[in-house]
Amino acid sequence: MKKAKRGKVVSYNKWGYIFLIPFITVYVVFQLIPLVSTIVNSFFENYRSGLTQIGPTFIGLANYKEIFANPDIWIYAQNTLIMWVMGFVPQILVSLLLGAWFSDPSLRLKGQGFFKTVIYLPNLIMASAFSMLFFTLFSDGGPINSILIQMGILDEPFKFLSHVWSTRTLVALMNFLMWFGNTTILLMAGMMGIDTSLFEAAQVDGATPTKIFYKITLPLLKPILIYVMITSLVGGLQMFDVPQILTNGNGEPMRSSMTLIMYLNKHLYSKNYGMGGALSVILFVITGVLSLVVFKFSNNKEK
Amino acid sequence: MISEKNETSKGFGIKARRGIAYVVLIFITFLCLFWFYILFVNATRSHSEMTKGFTPFPSTNFFVNWKNLMEGTLPVWSGLINSLIVSSLSAVLCTYFSTMTAYAIHAYDFKLKKFIFTFILAVMTIPTQVTALGFVQLVSNMKLEDNFIPLVVPSIAAPVTFFYMKQYMESTLPLSLIEAARIDGSGEFRTFNSIVIPLMKPAIAVQAIFTFVSSWNNYFTPALILHNEKMKTLPILIAQLRSADFLKFDMGQVYIMIAFSIFPVILVYLCLSKFIVQGVALGSVKG
Repeated sequence: MKKAKRGKVVSYNKWGYIFLIPFITVYVVFQLIPLVSTIVNSFFENYRSGLTQIGPTFIGLANYKEIFANPDIWIYAQNTLIMWVMGFVPQILVSLLLGAWFSDPSLRLKGQGFFKTVIYLPNLIMASAFSMLFFTLFSDGGPINSILIQMGILDEPFKFLSHVWSTRTLVALMNFLMWFGNTTILLMAGMMGIDTSLFEAAQVDGATPTKIFYKITLPLLKPILIYVMITSLVGGLQMFDVPQILTNGNGEPMRSSMTLIMYLNKHLYSKNYGMGGALSVILFVITGVLSLVVFKFSNNKEK
Repeated sequence: MISEKNETSKGFGIKARRGIAYVVLIFITFLCLFWFYILFVNATRSHSEMTKGFTPFPSTNFFVNWKNLMEGTLPVWSGLINSLIVSSLSAVLCTYFSTMTAYAIHAYDFKLKKFIFTFILAVMTIPTQVTALGFVQLVSNMKLEDNFIPLVVPSIAAPVTFFYMKQYMESTLPLSLIEAARIDGSGEFRTFNSIVIPLMKPAIAVQAIFTFVSSWNNYFTPALILHNEKMKTLPILIAQLRSADFLKFDMGQVYIMIAFSIFPVILVYLCLSKFIVQGVALGSVKG
């Protein structure tokens, strides 16, 4: 009797494997195999020149050498980083401020539900449609120019998309609007998790709200802040939809808003699999390293 | 006397801080909603009205613009239907199979359990773009271009959704319940479908919304796979609108096309915002 029961327990556990079959099959087919073939492709010369197909021939690391020798990748990496920083710095500052206000019981802000709903809204908007909207709003004859002229701020339309910094600012502004609500909610959840007796003790000792924020909230939030920063950096490296649609895929003016994934997308469209593969592998390594940092971090947190 | 003075100054401090908080919040609300307001207003105005400059009030041209868009060259309806099909199927498959994967890790003990769990966590943040090249090659080898399968089926393996489900299960699904079902003679698969899934409904709802929205908004992968006009999803049509010769376009149509792809999501969001905002917070505390 006892033996039979034990046998049954073992047979239950095989169901663990059975329930994992769909995930593992799909993961292997649609992610692992593509990853491996991307890596393999990066060692081959394989592209189209006009109507003739060149390759695939094995050329070792030549694709990587070519990518790093070409200044393009550095320019695009720099563009991506600049636009990420321009969006991320205001995002983290505003999110900290709003999070602190929302979670401060002494402020008793009314309408919190409304404000949270509003600030999270842009996160759900289709990035390509949002970008298209900004393109039309900020076009030379668009509503923003029209409003600025009516208000007497401008005399003639400002060509937002013909200047390097205004284009980058628009991309950063969109990224900021789309992500600060999400970050606010994450940080607020972190702030709510802080033991309130710490705040009370500090208040009894006569600390001002600003001091409490800098000396208690911020240090205790450090793990979440690092998590937010690295996931945002990984997200920033993937920046694509917004600048792609805003600049119609060419990263104008003077390729100053061309990001790394837009560059990859170009290789994919022109079917230059060798260079595309090498670029993918480089991006994979960077995001892999960043993910490892997050992973290490969240593991430490559990301990 | 001194302490009283202290009290009032402190009270003032809070009032002033509250005032500043409201002003900033209202400004930020304005910053978030302003664009959509212009979108709404301009979607109701005709092309000629718009060339004269912006006015803050809606006009009466909404239905004319709508009719022009519907009769225009962009396959808007098929785009909407394609987007709906892809996003709904993704949401269903993703939540069902992620729950199943989470259940496998949560309820059973087997040799590779720890390894698989660690593996899924490790690949969680790897973006789809870096495997896109191999993915496109695979899809064209499988002759699945212009097909929804490569857009829908991969959502079965969604590490992030899996992780959320796993966390939720730990707090709501006691193993004794599964044990009780076994004693009553329920098979493992039936237990999963008739006991686990109903218990997981709140988490499934939240994740279904997120999967739906991210699939609805996805531009990168569908643009690489769908080339046939009849198969294209809305984000690809938006991109096409952008690359068309802009000056030839009736701006009323452009605005209404943008509104067409944005407002359904806004509407759904307004109905479900409470779940969604809570869902984000929930995922973060545990993640």
